[in-house]
Amino acid sequence: MTIRTLILGATASLLAFAAHAETITIATVNNGDMIRMQKLTDDFTQKNPDIQLNWVTLEENVLRERVTTDIATKGGQYDVMTIGTYEVPIWAKQNWLLPLENLGADYDADDIIPAIRNGLSADGKLYAAPFYGESSFVMYRKDLMEKAGLQMPDAPTWDFIRQAADKMTDRAAGVNGVCLRGKAGWGENMAFLTAMSNSFGARWFDEEWKPQFDQPEWKNTLQFYVDLMKADGPDGASSNGFNENLALFQQGKCGMWIDATVAASFVTGADSTVADKVGFALAPDTGLGKRGNWLWAWSLAIPAGTQKAAAAEKFVSWATSKDYLKLVADKEGWANVPPGTRTSLYENPEYQKAAPFAKMTLDSINAADPTHPTVKPVPYTGVQFVAIPEFQGLGTTVGQLFSAALAGQMSVDEALKQAQDAATATMQEGGYIQ
Amino acid sequence: MARAVTTRHKTIATAAAWIVALLIFFPILYTIITSFKSEQEAIQGFSLFPSGTLESYAEVQSQYNYFRPFLNSVILSVGSTVLALVVAIPAAWAMAFSPTRRTKDILMWMLSTKMMPAVAVLFPIYLIFRDFGLLDSRIGMTIMLMLINLPIVVWMLYTYFREIPGEILEAARMDGASLWNEIVYVLTPMAIPGIASTLLLNIILAWNEAFWTIRLTTTNAAPLTAFISSFSSPQGLFWAKLSAASTLAIAPILIMGWFSQKQLVRGLTFGAVK
Repeated sequence: MTIRTLILGATASLLAFAAHAETITIATVNNGDMIRMQKLTDDFTQKNPDIQLNWVTLEENVLRERVTTDIATKGGQYDVMTIGTYEVPIWAKQNWLLPLENLGADYDADDIIPAIRNGLSADGKLYAAPFYGESSFVMYRKDLMEKAGLQMPDAPTWDFIRQAADKMTDRAAGVNGVCLRGKAGWGENMAFLTAMSNSFGARWFDEEWKPQFDQPEWKNTLQFYVDLMKADGPDGASSNGFNENLALFQQGKCGMWIDATVAASFVTGADSTVADKVGFALAPDTGLGKRGNWLWAWSLAIPAGTQKAAAAEKFVSWATSKDYLKLVADKEGWANVPPGTRTSLYENPEYQKAAPFAKMTLDSINAADPTHPTVKPVPYTGVQFVAIPEFQGLGTTVGQLFSAALAGQMSVDEALKQAQDAATATMQEGGYIQ
Repeated sequence: MARAVTTRHKTIATAAAWIVALLIFFPILYTIITSFKSEQEAIQGFSLFPSGTLESYAEVQSQYNYFRPFLNSVILSVGSTVLALVVAIPAAWAMAFSPTRRTKDILMWMLSTKMMPAVAVLFPIYLIFRDFGLLDSRIGMTIMLMLINLPIVVWMLYTYFREIPGEILEAARMDGASLWNEIVYVLTPMAIPGIASTLLLNIILAWNEAFWTIRLTTTNAAPLTAFISSFSSPQGLFWAKLSAASTLAIAPILIMGWFSQKQLVRGLTFGAVK
């Protein structure tokens, strides 16, 4: 064996590997769970040495715009996309996504939490696998609640929230009774307000797709929200989204915060000054049968235009498997496992111990029903959104109006009237109504 | 008396210049300050005094490899600028020294393309890139950046060339210079300040271009603008990390601008006062 033979052999092996190796490109958002997954991908590449991974991390709205452009034009830039429960039913209907039918024998798709699985399925087929799921619930300061002489029920009403907020507000001490989203956007204030409106018996459209902002249920929702925030909310609330309220709560400036269940690990984490004083409760209701909580899952889907479907599905299976949850637990502890996707996680005593909010998270997720989101019947699916392509634009327009009402730039009645006009125009343009 | 007025005017003008400069530079300064804060500090409110932590830089470095997008930024900005000059110098020469009745209209038309919102042509451009296999390629992005900055380059060069007396070029022609020699050996050396400032400005514009570079690249050709945008997070605090990524991204171009400011100002004010 000469050196030349050795070099030739090595070169041939390298060429054979290069010819066989596939690189898949994954588009994702920047959040703690996704970044953690990127750091753990050695586990995947060791098990699948013929597949290399390319990550593209983008801001949420840019990601949505880019993957939509790519998938609509069959650009083929991505093999795996991170999308949410809003996109999946719409894109599946357009045949833009491949059904996930080869996730492996030990994948156990039945273990996926039913509400999440329903939200990611169309015609009985799973079109995206959940990476992490969330609902929304009440996070509150136990010490301030006690000081106010109240006890938070597991399932509070909106009237209780208002009563508690009034008592907890202490402007001199910089404590706001309640912090809620006010920043305009279909995924910002409208996610919260749409879910809240469900509990007030409101709906976006009736069975004939006629907009419903001129109905008393919406007036009750928006008036309650604006009055509550004016009395007990923080200054400049119309600019506050998830991150701004998170910072306020972590600094001890909110008595209650109603937002995504994933926030639980942040407010009880090392960065929080009130970590040991936080309690959790279901999102409020008004006794009509629906709670004001939403349902969302950042999920991995495979676009129909990919040339590497088999490799992409292997990756999706790995990233959303039970084994992946265990891998994260082994490396970084159970508290850092991506939540809200698998029933078995919530049955795990180690997880229950590490995440005191686990039961309330699961109960919140189970309390959301994307197929029957409202008190009155509706022709759409989606709890905090309406799963039609027009919703992104319309939701943001309505969000701007409601944010303006919160900021005092227009009255509640004026905001609702303009919302009704905008929704009517959009639905007429879309051919839903005459 | 006259001297007192002049001194007072000078002082006021200097103070005004400093105030304007500070106002313009302040967002960059605050970004740099924020990059040395923790995430909690960054979101707590306005403060010019950071704790000096380097945790955001460490986090940015651990999440992404800075070198690849940096290299892409250099290749795309320099490549597109050189390509733009190769196309624009002859075009500007023709418009400056052999104008026709339509020259002004052509110049206005070229400039009007910059008035159109980029998003209006996103889909056609995306489809062209897809069909020619240019998505996420350095060649495609170099051509794209060259095209979007070409109107400004032509306009700037046209303005500089118009300041050069046509008689000098005529003299060169009478001495037997060919068109090539006239442009390369007579026109270009005389317009060096203008060409240099056009080159620098175009590099800055290409370096900072974010709409197309974010939308037409994924990994192979993604420059520092894509690197910055990846740090914005929907759920989780990110201001300090975003500021650290921005500081790393703008540092090279700031340093280049600082060292070449004399040339840049000279070129930009070329012919401004007669």
